[in-house]
Amino acid sequence: MNRRTRAGLALLAALFLLAFAGPLLSPWGWDDTDFAAFRAPPSAEHWFGTTQSGHDVFALTLRGMRRSLLIGLLVAVLSTGLAALVGTVAGFCGGWPDRALTFGVDLLLVLPSFLVVAVLSPVLPGGWPMLVLLLAGFMWMVTARMVRAMTISLKEREYVLAARFLGVSAPRVIARHILPHLASLLAVDAALNVSVAILAESGLSYFGFGVRPPDTSLGTVVADARGSTTAYPWLFGFAAGLLVLIVLAVNLLGDGLRDALDPATRRTMP
Amino acid sequence: MTVPEPVPPPVLHPAAEPVLEPAAEPVLEIADLHVTYAPGVRAVRGVGFAVRRGEVLGVVGESGSGKTALALATLGLLPESARVRGSVRLRGRELLGRSDAELSRVRGKDLAMVFQDPLSALTPVHQIGDQIAETIRVHAGATRGAARARAVELMELVGIPGAARVARGYPHELSGGMRQRVMIAMAIANDPLAIVADEPTTALDVTVQEQVLEVLRVAKEATGAAIVLITHDLGVVAGFADRVMVMYAGRAVESGPVGEVYRRPRMPYTIGLMRSLPRLDGGAARALPMEGAPATTGCPFAPRCPVVLPACARGEPPPAPVGPAGHVAACVNTAATERQDRVFPDPEPVLRSPRPPRHERPPVLEVTGLVKHHPRYRGTLYKRRVGAVRAVDGISLDVRAGETLGLVGESGCGKTSALMEILRLGTPQQGRITVFGQDTAALTAARRKALRRDLQVVFQDPFASLDPRMRVAAILTEPLTTHGVRKALIPGRVQELLKLVGLEPEHASRYPQDLSGGQRQRVGIARALALEPRLLLLDEPVAALDVSVQAGVTELLEELQARMGLAYLFVAHDLAVVRQIADRVAVMYHGRIVEIGSVDAVYEAPAHPYTRALLDAVPYPDPERERRRRRTPLAGDPPDPSAPPEGCRFRPRCPRHAGLDGEQRRLCAEIDPVLRAAPGGQDQRAACHYPQGETPWWKSP
Repeated sequence: MNRRTRAGLALLAALFLLAFAGPLLSPWGWDDTDFAAFRAPPSAEHWFGTTQSGHDVFALTLRGMRRSLLIGLLVAVLSTGLAALVGTVAGFCGGWPDRALTFGVDLLLVLPSFLVVAVLSPVLPGGWPMLVLLLAGFMWMVTARMVRAMTISLKEREYVLAARFLGVSAPRVIARHILPHLASLLAVDAALNVSVAILAESGLSYFGFGVRPPDTSLGTVVADARGSTTAYPWLFGFAAGLLVLIVLAVNLLGDGLRDALDPATRRTMP
Repeated sequence: MTVPEPVPPPVLHPAAEPVLEPAAEPVLEIADLHVTYAPGVRAVRGVGFAVRRGEVLGVVGESGSGKTALALATLGLLPESARVRGSVRLRGRELLGRSDAELSRVRGKDLAMVFQDPLSALTPVHQIGDQIAETIRVHAGATRGAARARAVELMELVGIPGAARVARGYPHELSGGMRQRVMIAMAIANDPLAIVADEPTTALDVTVQEQVLEVLRVAKEATGAAIVLITHDLGVVAGFADRVMVMYAGRAVESGPVGEVYRRPRMPYTIGLMRSLPRLDGGAARALPMEGAPATTGCPFAPRCPVVLPACARGEPPPAPVGPAGHVAACVNTAATERQDRVFPDPEPVLRSPRPPRHERPPVLEVTGLVKHHPRYRGTLYKRRVGAVRAVDGISLDVRAGETLGLVGESGCGKTSALMEILRLGTPQQGRITVFGQDTAALTAARRKALRRDLQVVFQDPFASLDPRMRVAAILTEPLTTHGVRKALIPGRVQELLKLVGLEPEHASRYPQDLSGGQRQRVGIARALALEPRLLLLDEPVAALDVSVQAGVTELLEELQARMGLAYLFVAHDLAVVRQIADRVAVMYHGRIVEIGSVDAVYEAPAHPYTRALLDAVPYPDPERERRRRRTPLAGDPPDPSAPPEGCRFRPRCPRHAGLDGEQRRLCAEIDPVLRAAPGGQDQRAACHYPQGETPWWKSP
């Protein structure tokens, strides 16, 4: 594990700890209202200050962060999993399944995903889990094409041929001989997808399409501060800062993983 | 531009008369050369030699012997991280320690090179003529036009047909043999003093190898350059080199004049290497297996040496004279190697219980009129079919219980495609495949899976055929679990399999990358045998192995066959290996079987001219016979598989066709010959209108 991976991992762990253990440190809950402090700047009492309606920004931001991290992780796992499934099946089977799946992938790629999610997410029921499905549904295609291409080349390897000629079934060959060779690619892809998903979710939520009140995400926290960004910077500054930190940590981790797993980019060790 | 038309044989200089009297002064002189990659990885350890003008030095060694490091060090092409010590002198000028810029002025001018892979040595985006011309302009400062004209001249010299046209083409348009000719043309462009050729013919088919060696011979005579020919093939050295140096574990263990070293090798390694070669003439002596790794202290060959003495462990023996004309060997016990036939014990013959005659044994595999065409498409948006690569174009063969059928031919002849088509156990495009009496086109999925137990495969490359992420035990377990062997029985069966193929129990916990090539191939064989099949399809199972390891694997296959009554379909391009292991042989050319029959009949009296040409092209590891033989290399390249010629497909390259009169030729041009019983052959059929059992050259006295 190189230095960047370690830094990314440490930062990400710290952020998770903050999101989930942070509320224990503060006496304020996200729905508590402090009638003595409206739009109060950060202080010993309210670490991140308070909102217009007297809510504690620290508690709100952490709640939004929990939601954003959860959405990011779920979207990454789902989209990478879907990409692995579709890519290996299309690449391994060839013929009409390949043609059908590739056509589907190409079709999804030309749709303006941000617009489609923005239009669909308010009208579909299901709250934030539906948003996860929508985001995941539009993020897997490029990886799937990559996985398909790699599967096609792996399929002709002699040890894969040997397994097929032994009578090993296709799902088993994929699971035992193909997926392990794609594992590094998929791990990197999933890591980078986390940050893409969190950014997409925040963007959508900011415009009011993704996570909607009363639910909170980092995007809604920033959105609530709309119009008062210069006068009351604490309303959005902490949320935006944490967002940047999350994306930074995940990207560091993803890049580090890629360097560690891909021999082509491996530098000579000192 | 497409593939060049068939080439007439290059203008040969029949007798290898040296053009120049060999001067006493050596041209290229290497002394006490050491190459160290990482600390402790010593690729070359104190090698020295000298080559004179017009002389050819053959450097022979197996993988890991340091022969390529030697070549790169000579050329100054080692990576930065490698450390080189010693001396490399070209006509007295020291080359080691010079800057890359200074070396570049020497390389390509006085010191030229030919590599194994000509495609990666040529720039894909420049015209061939320009690339040769560039070499001339850089070093000789000729004008563009003059250099271009000289390039075409050089291409004619190396036997490229339509040189002026080819000069405007690009490297990918040429066949491997033609590219290697271009490399040789570039090498001799500036009248070099010395040429270093590193495995120049290893990637080529035997018939093309013969052509390229002939060109190299012409090049040597045209320039009078000294040649250092680095190869693993003792046959190539026998025919081409004047002196030979045998390398083992980074040292020159024996060197001397070719005739002397081949006739009286004195270092046990050289003796073993010679004896581990399978013989094309099926001589009485069997190939000798000689496996093992070099020792790190003392004589590196000691662990594999049959005449090892206590003194061998004390230090590396220095080279000492053992014969006339500078024949030296680095061996303590040269007294024991006086009689080379006594050094190694004769390998025990494989005991075979007598088999019933062929017609009484049941067929295990029958292939009738099998066709496999790969369609070719062109166009980006709309893909149109523009014909097909006729990989397999109607072949019929049968394998009976307990016998081996060798399937031989040059690359691209369709032998591997045929094998894969059989292994698929699917419905062929045309024709019929019957395995153990069951037509593969009529199989249900369950029957097909059950049938796979009886039919298994061993692949060529032991580095690619084992999953690098699985331990040996897991690799051997996979077939067992797939076919529902009870869990409790599996560990025992894995141990049994390891023992069966001559591996140790502790190998089970290793990963493939921790095993040697020979050991990996044994694991591949063990995996194939796990389900006790009755028919093994072997795709070049020994081609990727060193000769000394080849013999061991071949012997294992023979033993297994004798013990378990296996039938083999053995795909190979090495005719000598097939001679040793096969009962019958089928020769493929251009998707067809052109000759099939018992090994003895086909090798002793090949009826098809192509079989004859293939047999003649195999270099023979005996310098005297190799030099006596009249060379008539088969002209041209293997044909374009998507456009077979009308009539007989071999006609454009056929030496027999050239000697026919007009009326006889019409038959060849118009009618595609079918397999017919060859004259005089018991079990021998050939697809030729004018078959005749010819004696191959090595049978003639």
